[in-house]
Amino acid sequence: MIKSDIVNVICERLKYNRPRAEMAVEELLQIMKDDLKTGERIELRGFGVFLVRAKKTGVGRNPKTGEQIPLQPGRVIKFKPSKDVLTGDSGAPAT
Amino acid sequence: MTKMQLIEQLSKKMEVNHAEAEGIVDAFFQAIVDALKKEDKVELRGFGSFRVKKRAARMARNPRTGAAVPVPEKVIPYFKASKELKQLIEGS
Repeated sequence: MIKSDIVNVICERLKYNRPRAEMAVEELLQIMKDDLKTGERIELRGFGVFLVRAKKTGVGRNPKTGEQIPLQPGRVIKFKPSKDVLTGDSGAPAT
Repeated sequence: MTKMQLIEQLSKKMEVNHAEAEGIVDAFFQAIVDALKKEDKVELRGFGSFRVKKRAARMARNPRTGAAVPVPEKVIPYFKASKELKQLIEGS
């Protein structure tokens, strides 16, 4: 599935014409990108959480040669899927 | 940001009411979930891709009792950020 397939789904579900559905998808992704850029997390119940984490710093090694490489500071994105996203299971312990 | 804030921002940008923006957001994420359920991958240029990986069934232990517990095979979604998004985050 690619972006254009999602655009088709939006066209159908919201009765939008294609340019409008395309705009909706682009705006949605842009809002998410802008938010992640500020280092904020995006929490989407029932889907998952996008987190921005600081990268480890220190000394890394090339495992093959043993050569030491400094790890640069920086930030990465992690996605933690909701437990129920594919199974419909809430992940809550049985009571 | 929560889903609510995402909906609010989208409703402003698209000049639609809250309910309609919520419809867009729900349709968008539901489309991704539906694809992943079929074990299809979802590629969003400039953002990233979602795909699922299978985790084999295994025997685990109940840490309290030490009893062996079978864990069934699971399908887990993964997200990989695009180069563009990685750079955007890295450099900020």
